[in-house]
Amino acid sequence: MDYSDLIERLLNNEPRAAARLITIVENDITAAEEIINSIYKYTGNAYILGVTGAPGSGKSTFISTLTKILVEQGKKLGIICVDPTSPLTGGALLGDRIRMKEHFTLNNLFIRSMANRGQLGGLARATEDVIKILDVYGCDIVIVETVGVGQSEVDIFKSAQTVAVLLQPEVGDDIQAIKAGIMEITDIFVVNKMDLPGTDRKVAEISQMLELESSFKYDSNDFSKEFTKIRKWTPEIVKVNSKTGENFDIFLEIVDHHKKFLKETGIIESYEKNRIKNETLQILKHKLAKKVEKLISSNSEIEKYINLVMDKSLDPYSMANLIIKLLGIE
Amino acid sequence: MPEGRKIKVLVCKPGLDGHDRGAKVLARALRDAGMEVIYTGIHNTPEDIVNTVIQEDPDVVMLSMLSGAHNALCPVIMEKLKENGINDVLVAVGGIIPDEDKPFLEKHGLKGFHGPGTELKTIIEFVKNNLKR
Repeated sequence: MDYSDLIERLLNNEPRAAARLITIVENDITAAEEIINSIYKYTGNAYILGVTGAPGSGKSTFISTLTKILVEQGKKLGIICVDPTSPLTGGALLGDRIRMKEHFTLNNLFIRSMANRGQLGGLARATEDVIKILDVYGCDIVIVETVGVGQSEVDIFKSAQTVAVLLQPEVGDDIQAIKAGIMEITDIFVVNKMDLPGTDRKVAEISQMLELESSFKYDSNDFSKEFTKIRKWTPEIVKVNSKTGENFDIFLEIVDHHKKFLKETGIIESYEKNRIKNETLQILKHKLAKKVEKLISSNSEIEKYINLVMDKSLDPYSMANLIIKLLGIE
Repeated sequence: MPEGRKIKVLVCKPGLDGHDRGAKVLARALRDAGMEVIYTGIHNTPEDIVNTVIQEDPDVVMLSMLSGAHNALCPVIMEKLKENGINDVLVAVGGIIPDEDKPFLEKHGLKGFHGPGTELKTIIEFVKNNLKR
């Protein structure tokens, strides 16, 4: 199909064209390939902020308040809200928009709800592509809200330049805070609902965890020196109230600070490289999986292998190696 | 329909009407029928709804109205959709819609008119059979 008309309109910042292109990349991966191929050269202007946290930690309300401030500053904003798809029926109920009602009519704002369509990791397959479309649409900042996550849905850090994790007082203990996963990918810890009791305790727990981390980290290139601290970002902690907007100025300062840090240390470059590597890997996985599925369902050799495995004269690992040979990508 | 395509539905409550039990039941039923449903909450203005349609690009918009303001609000919504060049979206209204108002609303391009007591599977079938794209 020819998407040049839609892409032309996207470049003219027409919201309906952006919306239609997003629908297409969500539904059809072949079309997504074609579209991204034509718009990729225009991407790279938007700053991508990831917002993640447990269900009910206040992600949508936090983003809503943040949006109001950024739009008042004259920024053009794209927001992607990812919600879960039912594993049983394939349907989804996307409700993040309700809490962003205040800003519906603003011109400088484009909100899009996405269902994750069964993808693990907190995002949808097409999220990367949707970020690119909103980037080309002219957004200065794209905020990505993940599904309400547990401890290991960490895909957001592969897509966003800055990741904010929302926590709330009186939930979880200090052991939760030193487990692996979410807590390791965070650039900014936001303790939301600061009007509730237990906020300072939460802040203390996180800062203790961060101290542990920095004193035990050593540079893997230089084992002679013990515990040399790697020059890296030390996550910051901020407590906020998303209903009143209290301390949002501090949050935005930290985001700016992080942005500068990434640039000055050159980390942004390795981040970009990693992002490209990661995204390509995802695409390859998808494409190769399709190829393998096709091969397995059509090649007569496979049936022979399966019988060999049933006879125990071959094991599944060896069979997989034989299939890799058949694909010719050894 | 390409492989992987899901029917996307917007469920809205236009105007000053806070009775959204029906809208929630409907949203849930459409979700369970495998559709992606966005519920926009209560007190939506026609502008809110049309802006959301522009950004979310749904296949269907379902307006739930129990306030009696359907004759005032629905034509405005249809007019604004048209102004934005949106003509491939199925727009249905349901709730409390008296029979004598239906011809007027139909003339403005609205469909559905499912009232209290309608079986959910009737509405699901209606959505599946009346898609405009």
